[in-house]
Amino acid sequence: MCSDPDTLAGLSWLWCYLTTGKHMSMYWAFGTVLLLLAITAPMALLFGFGGASAARSKFAPARWFGKTYIAVVRGVPDIAFFLFFVIALDQLFEYLRHQVKCPDWDRPIRQGNDFLVCPQAKLPLNNAPQWVHESYGFMLAVLTFSIVFGAFAANVIYGAMRSVPRGQMETAEAYGMTPRQSFWRILVPQMWVYALPGLSNLWMVLIKATPLLFLLGVEDIVYWARELGGQKTPRFTDYPHGDWRVWYFLALLIFYLCFTKVSEIVFARISARLSHGQATAAGEAQRKAA
Amino acid sequence: MSCWDIIQDYGLRSIGIGERLLPRDDFTVCKQVVLIGSGMLWNIYFGAIALVLGFFLAVATAVAKAGDNVILRKLANTFILFFRGSPLFIQFFFAYFAFLALKGVSPFFSPFSSAWLGALVVLFLNTAAYSAEIFYGALRSIPKGDIEAADAYGMRGWTRFRRITFPTMLRLAWPAYTNEAIFLFHATTLVFFSGFPAMRQNGDALYYANYFADKTFNPFVPYPILAGFFVLLTLTVIGIFGLVNRRLNKHMPQESRQKIRLRFNLIR
Repeated sequence: MCSDPDTLAGLSWLWCYLTTGKHMSMYWAFGTVLLLLAITAPMALLFGFGGASAARSKFAPARWFGKTYIAVVRGVPDIAFFLFFVIALDQLFEYLRHQVKCPDWDRPIRQGNDFLVCPQAKLPLNNAPQWVHESYGFMLAVLTFSIVFGAFAANVIYGAMRSVPRGQMETAEAYGMTPRQSFWRILVPQMWVYALPGLSNLWMVLIKATPLLFLLGVEDIVYWARELGGQKTPRFTDYPHGDWRVWYFLALLIFYLCFTKVSEIVFARISARLSHGQATAAGEAQRKAA
Repeated sequence: MSCWDIIQDYGLRSIGIGERLLPRDDFTVCKQVVLIGSGMLWNIYFGAIALVLGFFLAVATAVAKAGDNVILRKLANTFILFFRGSPLFIQFFFAYFAFLALKGVSPFFSPFSSAWLGALVVLFLNTAAYSAEIFYGALRSIPKGDIEAADAYGMRGWTRFRRITFPTMLRLAWPAYTNEAIFLFHATTLVFFSGFPAMRQNGDALYYANYFADKTFNPFVPYPILAGFFVLLTLTVIGIFGLVNRRLNKHMPQESRQKIRLRFNLIR
């Protein structure tokens, strides 16, 4: 039915317009955003856990590393970090591969305004197919997001670890648990209820940071909204239209509003579940209401 | 060319005074520091004006949200949800294209499609929404006794608001509001990456840092410079807000004064 768009009108035209191949790519880009969130959230949590554990370590250099990691990433505009890490990580990987693959390369790597490694060390390789280039870009983006949000998460988890009542740890010591045992068996299971408000806030922030993928060179929803919304002339497309970018971005706004709203509801439920029976104000309120 | 010449040529480059062309080769550290510093003028302009104007709208919105009028409360809630629930980046894009479309309707809107006004409007509304939520929280935690005391003195309406509610709200909200101010300045770096064109390459600090990173393919010089400038800006904001905080807490006993605790964990 969509073979001859000129004859269509009204809703059937809109239906055909919204199901063109390029629009399908845009819907896939929503998948990219969700995929980014699905990978980044656990990675950031892991980085955060590592950072927080390092920050409260007894081993001084680890502590310095953890504290610096938390402090530096938080003090500077996040977008500057995104732009910085994408290039810096790329160069770091290429440099490391260069050291391994071409040990007898004698020319300097930084030549004026160029960063030149030997051809075998290029990432991705020059002859790699398109999808490798795209997934490499996406991987860099995921890593960048994880590093930045890992620092935020580290801050939250560090605070949560310190909020677990001291008596709990003292009891563990009294039972003769080693520091490692009391950390894993007492501290870690109990800290989540303290970390949840911060982590839920972080999740909201992470959702709202996903459009920055566009700046990292990934073909995400912002890219497609600009691409598809722009004015189209009959010469190049079967579906000519004026400048519709404002509508496309309105759709994105609504998408994000719904997404954050749904997350809010889910987090309220989890928080109620976790507070159940806890010696906190929220747990006490639940007990009184019941 | 000495560094002093570079300052004269590029010091005000971001607002269109001085050298017309950006440097194309020989990217010395001095050039990078001067140009990125000149770009900071935009960040300060956007941040300061949006903050000052947004303050008034934020107080009005917070009062509306805490008030009894159902329609005003709904309006305030929707406004806050809209700006806090969606990414600032998308808001910039949306506003830019909306202003472009409106420009075709009436020439009145043509200045709105350039950054100095259009982006300022978005930042103003955005910070108003975030601050309104902070002020609303503070309004709800005003000690009951303060209001009762005001009632006992026969204060009502505007007098009570001006003398009791508003100062207490401000005092309680100030530490959180300081953080909001810092994030607003950080958020200004998004402007020239989100549709709004940098006319004649007059951009903000991140715009120039990005320019140098692209040209030299070496991110390890311009971004730390940018970070340095932002740390300075952040410290200045903390200093100024700390002075106001001292004044707001002047009448309080030492130990119950509100301390500004810095929490850097928010993006818009």
